Amino acid sequence: MVSLSSLTIACFIGIPLGTVLAIKRFYFRKTLLAIINSLMGLPPVLVGLIVYLYLSRSGPLGWLGILYSPTAMIIAQVILIAPIITALSNQIIEELHEDYRDLFLSLNAKPIQAVIAYIYDSRYSLLTVILAGFGRAISEVGAVIIVGGNIDHLTRVMTTAIALETSKGNLNLALGLGIILLIISLSISLLVMWIKSFSKRYAHV
Amino acid sequence: MRMSSKAPKSHMFPIVVKNLSLEINKKILLNNLTCELTAHGITVIMGPNGAGKSLFVRCLHGLTKLTNGGILYGNLPVGAATRGRQSMVFQSPKLLRRSVIENLRFVANLNKKNNQNLLELLKKTELSLLKDQHVSTLSGGEKQRLSLARALVSNPEILFLDEATSSLDPRSVSIIEDLMEEIKLKNVKIILITHDVNQAKRIADDIIFMNNGEIRETRLANDFFADPHSQEAKAFLKGDLII
Amino acid sequence: MRIIKKNLLIIFVLFFQATQVTASDAIILQSTTSTKNSGLYDYLVPLIKEDTGVSINVVAVGTGAAIKNAENCDGDLLLVHDTPKEIRFIDKGFGVQRYNLMYNDFVLVGPKSNPANIKTTDKILKALKKIAETKSLFVSRGDESGTDAKEKSLWNLLNIKVQSMSGTWYRETGSGMGTTLNIAIGMGAYALVDRATWVTFNNRADFEIIVENERILFNQYGLVTINDANCPNINLEKANLVIKWLLSDEGQTRISSYEVKGEILFFSNFNK
Repeated sequence: MVSLSSLTIACFIGIPLGTVLAIKRFYFRKTLLAIINSLMGLPPVLVGLIVYLYLSRSGPLGWLGILYSPTAMIIAQVILIAPIITALSNQIIEELHEDYRDLFLSLNAKPIQAVIAYIYDSRYSLLTVILAGFGRAISEVGAVIIVGGNIDHLTRVMTTAIALETSKGNLNLALGLGIILLIISLSISLLVMWIKSFSKRYAHV
Repeated sequence: MRMSSKAPKSHMFPIVVKNLSLEINKKILLNNLTCELTAHGITVIMGPNGAGKSLFVRCLHGLTKLTNGGILYGNLPVGAATRGRQSMVFQSPKLLRRSVIENLRFVANLNKKNNQNLLELLKKTELSLLKDQHVSTLSGGEKQRLSLARALVSNPEILFLDEATSSLDPRSVSIIEDLMEEIKLKNVKIILITHDVNQAKRIADDIIFMNNGEIRETRLANDFFADPHSQEAKAFLKGDLII
Repeated sequence: MRIIKKNLLIIFVLFFQATQVTASDAIILQSTTSTKNSGLYDYLVPLIKEDTGVSINVVAVGTGAAIKNAENCDGDLLLVHDTPKEIRFIDKGFGVQRYNLMYNDFVLVGPKSNPANIKTTDKILKALKKIAETKSLFVSRGDESGTDAKEKSLWNLLNIKVQSMSGTWYRETGSGMGTTLNIAIGMGAYALVDRATWVTFNNRADFEIIVENERILFNQYGLVTINDANCPNINLEKANLVIKWLLSDEGQTRISSYEVKGEILFFSNFNK
């Protein structure tokens, strides 16, 4: 589904970026972090509009011809959730880095070994971060309806279908879809909680 | 400078510190230190709080960049190359958030030359039964024993311990001290910071006494405790100079 | 029970169809929420696909937005209902040809309580005048859609400056027809709505048609071709196949035979 693809892409961008921002010290780091933090609250409609303007056939990336396609929706969602995943994973890794920094220096650990250890040791916290990103992705309607167009069979997702059915006055169907959406996100949360508690129990045997 | 009576062995070198200064935010924290650390035995660094002991050890291990001067280990300046031949146990145990054995495995996997006999190390630190436990379930003493075991995975030539036994349970302290005595016999140089005068008396071969970012005395342990030279050391040993 | 089953089916279909990615060979039809919400495209698109082989992706926004999107070359074909704007679109060089496709009419709907006391014999202009005089709530699309343009032109005829009333008894939602109806029903306000949306709308509460069947409420839908000199990337060939079908006897008959709840929603009128 669209949300899962954008989540995967956003994770591949966000987690390494968050990690690098946590452990590397460079000149624009603070500024960059401030920008990413403020992007967390980016209004979806604005993202939709900007992506629309870029992907429109009369826009700079119009030659790609991907407006009103799932690809366009994935792009918009990645822009929406990558900052969340970056900022939150940065926070988690930074805390861990306080703990591990001297140790890794003392052990002469290579940067790549350190990065793997950071991500591995915070994997359960990162799971929650990913969940937060997923929550934003599947609940979002403003951006995907602009760049996707809510085209039946092509770019209609749960949220845009709810919006459509509501506007048709089919409140029961809209509510039904809403409940399905809720169940999906609830079961994913439960799954993550279950993985966490299971692995903790296992680790503490 | 006073030298240890023991002669250095061929593959081991004393650490030579020359005019070492460290300044952070325009504050002088270590002021023009010059000394030689003996190549063998246990050197205990003592001194009141704020004397610069921890910073000095961090410099010796190459964790902190010097403002001035230099440190030679053998004929190499201290840095990544020398760090690989040394290990450090920190005051607060810096354990990976994993199980006990995974902490040792992590270090073992960093470098294939490392000591692979991890179970033996767990036995020596009396952690065998806790092998698969997550470190968050360990007590303070167990954590520090694990830190020591992990520090030994890489077969270091020098082992630094920064107040590694302060406020630990007596059993853990004695396990750690016994292990230090054991590896000292295997020609591992141990450099230890402690506030515990009795501990220093028990295990030290020689003493470096610091105050206010400067080295006041570098002596054999027996000489130091029998007859401290400086006023600060006298006051410190009497307990008047607050730790 | 049957409704639940049908809804479940729709939900599952949505689920799996959301995963399909086949955009490139379809044309994009920029159109209006009223035609889409009526279900007309769900009925026509498969027929067109069968006869011409062309698949159509429908983007449904207000007429104003649809025209803007088409000006940005983000559509291969335009189907809207605001004839003066359609002609301006062509005059500005964005479009080439305009055809009358079909029509229906607008109706004024309102709550049963009828706070402006409009009589069934009242004409639309008189009804609107009463609403303004009693300051009864009126909800407008306010989104430059075809319906919005029609409604504004009616107020204009009455010389009532609704823009200056905006926010008091005259309220603009800036949303699609269905959303606007939901709001009107929530507030107990009058609204002008196209008949297709009204007939298919399922959340009417106690609302009913207050005024209907007037020449002035005529609602013409136009089909406009896009200028490929301005938009070289559009799929003119396939768009023309679709136009040809819609204007053919077959297409025109199909449009006029689309019924919801026993009512014909659109009357084809090419060449009439």
